[in-house]
Amino acid sequence: MSLSPKEIWKEFASNNIALVGMGIIATLFCISIIAFIAVPFETFREWNDPSSWLAYPKSALPAWINYFLPEKIPEHLILKPQEYNQESHGISAVTDVFVVDYEYNSFPSDFIYQYAARYQGAPLIQLSVTRPDGSTSMLMSTSLPLSAEKAMFEGMLFSTDASMKKNIQNNLRFQFSTGSVPSQELVFSERDQNKVLKGVYVFKVTAYNVSGNFEFHQSKFILGGKVYGLMGTDDLRRDLAVGIMWGTPLALFIGITVSIGSVVLGLVYGVYAGFKGKATDEVMMRFNDIIYAMPALPLLIILAVTIGNSIFLIVGFLVVFGWVGIAKVSRSMAMQIKTLQYIEASKLMGQKDFKIIFKHVLPQLLPYAFASIAISVPAAITTEAGLSFLGLGDPTFPTWGQILHDASVYGAAERGLWWWILPPGIMIAITGLAFVFIGHAMDAIVNPKLRR
Amino acid sequence: MGFKKYLAKRAITMFGVLMATLLITIALVGSNMDVILKQSVSLEIRQQITNNKSLMSSFKTPEQLDQYVQNQITQRIASLGLDQPWYTPQRLGLAMYKILTLDFGHAKFLTSDTGSSDVKDIILEKLPRTILLFTTATAIVSLLGILLGAIAASKVNSKIDKITSGFAIVSSSFPVWWVGIIMIFLFAFVYQIFPARATPEISVTDPRYISSLLYHMILPLATLVLIGFGSWAYLVRNFLVGVLQEDFILAKRAAGIDEKKILYRHALKNAAPPIVTVLALSLSGSLGGAIITEAVFDWPGMGRLYYEAISVLDLPVIIGATYVLTAFFLVSIFLADVLYGYFDPRVRRQ
Repeated sequence: MSLSPKEIWKEFASNNIALVGMGIIATLFCISIIAFIAVPFETFREWNDPSSWLAYPKSALPAWINYFLPEKIPEHLILKPQEYNQESHGISAVTDVFVVDYEYNSFPSDFIYQYAARYQGAPLIQLSVTRPDGSTSMLMSTSLPLSAEKAMFEGMLFSTDASMKKNIQNNLRFQFSTGSVPSQELVFSERDQNKVLKGVYVFKVTAYNVSGNFEFHQSKFILGGKVYGLMGTDDLRRDLAVGIMWGTPLALFIGITVSIGSVVLGLVYGVYAGFKGKATDEVMMRFNDIIYAMPALPLLIILAVTIGNSIFLIVGFLVVFGWVGIAKVSRSMAMQIKTLQYIEASKLMGQKDFKIIFKHVLPQLLPYAFASIAISVPAAITTEAGLSFLGLGDPTFPTWGQILHDASVYGAAERGLWWWILPPGIMIAITGLAFVFIGHAMDAIVNPKLRR
Repeated sequence: MGFKKYLAKRAITMFGVLMATLLITIALVGSNMDVILKQSVSLEIRQQITNNKSLMSSFKTPEQLDQYVQNQITQRIASLGLDQPWYTPQRLGLAMYKILTLDFGHAKFLTSDTGSSDVKDIILEKLPRTILLFTTATAIVSLLGILLGAIAASKVNSKIDKITSGFAIVSSSFPVWWVGIIMIFLFAFVYQIFPARATPEISVTDPRYISSLLYHMILPLATLVLIGFGSWAYLVRNFLVGVLQEDFILAKRAAGIDEKKILYRHALKNAAPPIVTVLALSLSGSLGGAIITEAVFDWPGMGRLYYEAISVLDLPVIIGATYVLTAFFLVSIFLADVLYGYFDPRVRRQ
């Protein structure tokens, strides 16, 4: 226990497992920072709002799965426009162009053009496509409602619209019967047979307005596919990569806050009891025994149901059940330190108990405290995940347990949606492992008995 | 302090814990319980009066009827003692006494498979299944763990030892319930060998029920064993390595006693106290974890009962199940104490 911080660090740095643990935790912190920067706070607030995920596909596989498949599954693409402006004879035309290189063997499931525009007057919006074989077809045209004042309008054009199919049939004269073929397949089909025509497609959206007062505020072309992004999407169309990324800082917050809270509480409680001794010690330890023997999970569940399930409350509940073991150990350590001569000396000099505890006893226990903080992080994370999994966690935050809860509600395991189940659990395990590695390495340094 | 005195002290603490847990539970759900009870009383009385045609026709105005109904409700509430808040000593005492004598009352929504709504019947029906699953799992885990741990301890730093330690650390960082989901994915979806839901579909009275239950038990059992045996082996290995370094083992080795005999006869016997204690403790720990594990597999035991009771807020069932779970938890902790004292004479003489 008489190691200096420098020596501890030296031992620590020469321990491979500890370094691996540090590496993982550093990575997790990087992910947290990236989550804070790259994923806007609003997106994570909108996690439970289905309307904000409309542009995403339903339970899509992760996109990298295509590298392992002989037949590529069409990717769900959310295309961004290139904008051109033109004006002739008092009519302005704002054109958004979307380019896609379609190299898949099967058709997209649908396509949607989603826009928000600010205009005055009664503009006309026209969607057309230029196919790899050079043929061009107008797909759909629609006029926006008349507006005397400059106003915002949001709308969507769907591939399932009946007029679109008629337009394609008329413009592109197919050699096969097109009766039962949906329009998103016709757009991407060869002329003589119903097979994908691979190559570059250019979708053009043009808004004509007489007064020239028209601008797109938002404009995206969504090509429906079955794979999306790094981690795919769930049944509610949510991008799982966003959820997993935001789950990282949340898990770190829960784990570290709970473990620091319980270690500090347990340390002070145990040291005070051990230092005071006699009746105080007896009473405090009996109380400790009672909490120690309580079944934590049932009580946690009742607390979450009756008092509340905000993430801060749950952190508090976890601390309530987390400090007892540490209090027991630090009590016995304090009882040993108490008998040392310099403590007796400061007692004789009339130093107050609290001062002795904070100045002389607690610092001696710091290495042990750091080791226990690291070791108790995984339990806090898994317990919170378990509560969330039962549906008792804070539903406003996408914690990993919450994602797994949703997966289980939608029967992801029985339906084989592995990309919804695997990443959250693996993240929980990796985070836990990293802290266990560090904790064990520190324990081995602090407790020379464990060293070999 | 004599061992008897030590045990008596522990027993008193355990009883205190049981009471404290119950008190907390009642305090947390008490006010909700009152609201629900009062609602059900007024519903009951309204129903009684509307069913009684002759009584209904004796009222001339709707106000009169309302007045009568209100009177009846206040009377009934007073006779049930619900007019006083739940924290008055009489009501608390009565509630605690009822629970201590295993009188949990009737469930609001849940019923047992045979249709009874008596909480005692429901718990008595579910409890054996939880015990069946978790004691079987603990038995297999401890056997496997002791065997593997002994092998690892006899060859410290060998390949087997390293694999065991690595597997122990990795397997214990996955939540059991998550591994359960993966097992369901693998063995109910990819390879359709076992059912995804562990509740048998045939009724309890069917003679084939037991065999069906056992078949449905395989997947949860396999999960519990898979997650459990690694850390067990690691634990046993560490205890054994400690014992194997002691002088008496060196003496036996010097006397030329067979290495296997030393390991299984002498070392294991001396490592027994901590092993048995941790075994009893892990059994109690797994009972708490049963809530999530059973919810994942839909295993029809105490854990799932608790989960269902929480999700529909069936308060009598919650209180009854908390009591039984806590009691089992405490009994196994107490058992661990007794066993430790039995195996390690030093505790007795302290």
